Amino acid sequence: MAEVIWGLATSHVPSIGAAMDRGKTDDPNWKALFDGYAPARAWLAEHQPDVAIVVYNDHANGIDLDFIPTFGLGTAERYEVADEGFGRRPVPDVLGHPELSFHLVESLVDEGFDLTVFQELAVDHGFTVPLSVWTPDPGDAWPCPVIPLLVNVIQYPQPTAARCYALGQALGRAIRSYPDDLTVGVLGTGGMSHQLAGTRAGFINPDFDHMWMESIETDPARLAALSREELIRQAGSEGIELIMWLIMRGAMHDQVTKVHSDYFVPASNTAAGIALFDNTPPAG
Amino acid sequence: MSTGAGRLDLPGTPIFDGDTSRRGLRMNKLFMSLRDAANRERFLADEAAYCQEFGLTAEQQQAVLARDWQAMIDLGGSIFYVYKLAMMDGRSMQYLGGVFTGMGEDDFLAAMRAGGRRDG
Repeated sequence: MAEVIWGLATSHVPSIGAAMDRGKTDDPNWKALFDGYAPARAWLAEHQPDVAIVVYNDHANGIDLDFIPTFGLGTAERYEVADEGFGRRPVPDVLGHPELSFHLVESLVDEGFDLTVFQELAVDHGFTVPLSVWTPDPGDAWPCPVIPLLVNVIQYPQPTAARCYALGQALGRAIRSYPDDLTVGVLGTGGMSHQLAGTRAGFINPDFDHMWMESIETDPARLAALSREELIRQAGSEGIELIMWLIMRGAMHDQVTKVHSDYFVPASNTAAGIALFDNTPPAG
Repeated sequence: MSTGAGRLDLPGTPIFDGDTSRRGLRMNKLFMSLRDAANRERFLADEAAYCQEFGLTAEQQQAVLARDWQAMIDLGGSIFYVYKLAMMDGRSMQYLGGVFTGMGEDDFLAAMRAGGRRDG
């Protein structure tokens, strides 16, 4: 059977990728954020999975407003890195794992999660920046095949936090029911508090972010109970991206061991968090 | 049934809901097209004609031509799509934040670097 060995929550702000691509990680505005990544990166380098799943949202690059899947899963052998209007990031294309993808689709559909299936998908910064947070210098290839799990967080109504947590739990069961022995890392991306438009643009709520960071480890059900309106009120209109962390967390055991976490304001207009969990339950 | 049923009313917070998306669809599709370099050239060569090609309303076309970012949001623009036009113009998300809040880019950036805004 396959098993989830770790879960990584991280923001996917485009400028984090740009800072890396342009060699600005030691600039005063960025150094603290990248220094904060170092312990997670060191641990992850010692715990390479066979496959990773990235839970993310597209930002008008891989999909348009013609079709808005609430949840979607990539089944391709390769995902091209999107050109978002300023040239593609200088990072490798992403190799997929179609066999595991189709297994996940079947398992999740059987559980009542009617996913949209993507046989072709260009992945944008929402996907590649988390990969760079994990693996800053991939060379010619990312460390393992990666499967995209898309969530609509751009157009209301986004899926509820509770539905995302339940999807994560079903994802965990689906992974464990895969017949081959594979280790899997799951990334939940986006957030933390931020808002890009309106007179409330620039809103940051560190109290909420710290509560979220604590609860995602110890009490994710509390977060899953938050309404869409409450999330937007507390975390800002784009902070609702945090629901994607709950899919990652749901795929893990009830009890996990925190490896590392850190929190930064600002990364561009955003509060940025990183939280890495070992899926080995705590001793005792 | 009212299409406004269940709409969120959060002051200072545009909600990109179904009504908004329907209102802004053609304008957002124009913004989406700007990912392509050839389209950017065509747009810049004759912005009004490009807007008409995409079927924008007169108000939307005026907002785009005038770079009235607030009006684009009010007329159905999604910030993720509107931002593609801003990027083409060399504008940052902090610049847009300065416009939306009335603070100006420098003050908005300073507020973010000081830990972000709490108000609103």
